[in-house]
Amino acid sequence: MSIGPVQETSATFVGMPAFPEAAREALANTQQRTNLRNATHTIRAKRASVVAEVPEWEALRVAGAQSKDEALHHLGDYLEHLEASLVANGAVVHWARDADEANRIVIDIARSKEVDEVVKVKSMATQEIELNEALEAAGINAWETDLAELIVQLGHDRPSHILVPAIHRNRTEIRDIFIREMGKVGRPAPDDLTDDPAGLAEAARVHLREKFLRAKVAVSGANFAIADTGTLVVVESEGNGRMCLTLPETLISVVGIEKVLPTWEDLGPMLQLLPRSSTGERMNPYTTMWSGVHEGDGPQEVHVILLDNGRSHVLADSVGRQALRCIRCSACLNVCPVYERTGGHAYGSVYPGPIGAILNPQLRGTASEIDQSLPYASSLCGACFDACPVRINIPELLVQLRGTVAQQGGHRAESAAMKAAAWVLSDPKRLAVAQKGATTAGRLIGGRTIRSVPGLGAWTDARDLPTPPKETFRQWWVREHDGRDGDGQARGRADGIPGSEGGLPDSDGDER
Amino acid sequence: MTAMTPRDTDLRVALFATCFNDTMWPEAPKATVRLLERLGVSVEFPMEQTCCGQMLTNTGYAGEAVPLVARFVDVFGDYDAVVAPSGSCVGSVREQHPMIARLSGDPGLASEVERVSPKVYELSEFLVDVLQVTDVGAFFPHRVTYHPTCHSLRMLRVGDRPLQLLRAVRGIDLVDLPGAEECCGFGGTFAMKNADVSVAMGTDKAQHVTDTGAEVLVAGDNSCLAHIGGILGRQRSGIRRMHLAEILASTQENPS
Repeated sequence: MSIGPVQETSATFVGMPAFPEAAREALANTQQRTNLRNATHTIRAKRASVVAEVPEWEALRVAGAQSKDEALHHLGDYLEHLEASLVANGAVVHWARDADEANRIVIDIARSKEVDEVVKVKSMATQEIELNEALEAAGINAWETDLAELIVQLGHDRPSHILVPAIHRNRTEIRDIFIREMGKVGRPAPDDLTDDPAGLAEAARVHLREKFLRAKVAVSGANFAIADTGTLVVVESEGNGRMCLTLPETLISVVGIEKVLPTWEDLGPMLQLLPRSSTGERMNPYTTMWSGVHEGDGPQEVHVILLDNGRSHVLADSVGRQALRCIRCSACLNVCPVYERTGGHAYGSVYPGPIGAILNPQLRGTASEIDQSLPYASSLCGACFDACPVRINIPELLVQLRGTVAQQGGHRAESAAMKAAAWVLSDPKRLAVAQKGATTAGRLIGGRTIRSVPGLGAWTDARDLPTPPKETFRQWWVREHDGRDGDGQARGRADGIPGSEGGLPDSDGDER
Repeated sequence: MTAMTPRDTDLRVALFATCFNDTMWPEAPKATVRLLERLGVSVEFPMEQTCCGQMLTNTGYAGEAVPLVARFVDVFGDYDAVVAPSGSCVGSVREQHPMIARLSGDPGLASEVERVSPKVYELSEFLVDVLQVTDVGAFFPHRVTYHPTCHSLRMLRVGDRPLQLLRAVRGIDLVDLPGAEECCGFGGTFAMKNADVSVAMGTDKAQHVTDTGAEVLVAGDNSCLAHIGGILGRQRSGIRRMHLAEILASTQENPS
């Protein structure tokens, strides 16, 4: 059976505009904003309620973070241990430095099996390396089997969320996509399909069943990889993943090197943290574990590709490496007020939301405009850190990455403004001079509301600007307290400006 | 608990007005001084103070903030307690100053920061934890809703301290704000760099405020209030924005 390429548009994110511009477009999509608000608020409430049920939640978070940190601190050792355990179980282990190497290995295995299609269980790692596009270029169709991934793939769309890739779509949109697209790539949707969830799920089930039973090769990721037993673990809700992992003859698992856990015991906290944080469920419906090859049961050939693709670079940064603890639960997305309004596409990556804002610039570097903009795609409200089940201090990392971007030169005007601000604020005399400018403006304005200031359009387009007061606090204090300061000594002149030599900073912030 | 008398504390207390309040919103530090003096605290204002450096740090210029951190510990190092009418700036002092000092590579500065920053309190923390007072004897007969700012809430964990203080205000009609714990979208330079998202967040927050029917929106940070208030102002909603200190300083004889 030969079917044309599924993707009419490339799923690649290269060439995406920087976050503020992409966000502006996303904000204009009112249907998407409604869908996102409803979905994130529903998941948020469910998560909060099931997390509140666990009195030892904080201890679990700490245990989860410690397991991951232990693995990351001795990553080389645990990876070698994992490889040895997997090989002992009959799996073939491959190492891939980057996307090209990983894609090449998958394509070579698929070609050796003489197949022109593979089924896939939802995998962030394979999206990260754009495996589907690489397979398509090699003449091999990759069928996504996770329901949400299927919707995204059939809609020639990109995932908008880590866990709920089609979060930005509503039921009616999904029905339209199924009716329009399913027949082009396999079993068509029934003509009388409505937007009833059970009917939509049934249409997907029938469409996918055909592919599960036919496919000889499956591609998966893994949520966890346990070093001491050589066990890979996939956590899911639908059972489609289990079909992929058990039916085809050959299974290829693409696993990021940060997925390793030292021991079987480390899995316990994870299996409590992940479902409650992600879907707001006490336990996920399907947890599949596989350890190599077992005669007469499941795939008879198992390949595991251990993928670096920038991870060892992240590991080298003592603060940044905490991002590698991420278990892809997406709790940070669901609580993020920025994500809630923009959706995932604006982040220009398979990893959107707060975790994407710290992970992408670390994995990909900060050379591109989008990766330079991502650390600023946050109001630093801290909701993500509170929700993270493995305690990744996302705000701390955002601030650190902003430093990286600024050190590269940042934006010239901003850099000059920040250096000027630092120069003014580093000396009370200079601050008082600047304040005098503000209060003079305040007197001139005379308490009227400021609706527009040239150059401040980003503020005044939708917000009134505060009116500067006629007197600063400092001036008031001097007037009220006779210039007494902490030492009880008079300082400064009556206008509160202790000396008023001005001068503007030069570009290095030094006084001329 | 009752209001304090002057002999109840002999702490040497400094006011950190914060550069933003000093320049743009002097009513908040003025109210802080009035309130603390009414409670028997003789508050001092060291004139050499400037800024905590938060704007620089959060925009990626932590190196430029090092002299500000050095100045901060220098100016405030000798006090028993430092009070500021800003959860955000106190959050910066307690959470970010140690990081900035570490990055500066100056171990002397790092140890000074470690010594000074735990003595720096946001206003509601100082009242409830240090002075151990929740009824400050205020009078404010208006319908008020309270927005807990992100840095007070999640960086400082002030919890319901501001609400304890507000509930004790005579005559107040305190109403719950829907979605109170959600960020208003100010976020320092975020309000400029990602103005569209910031305004979208602020507009939702303003809608929640309007829905309460409150006459006054109160918070512990004038930065967030400037943002939400700027949107409410553009909508000509007639809702006033006030700092927590202004309401707590308000009395029947001397109303805010």
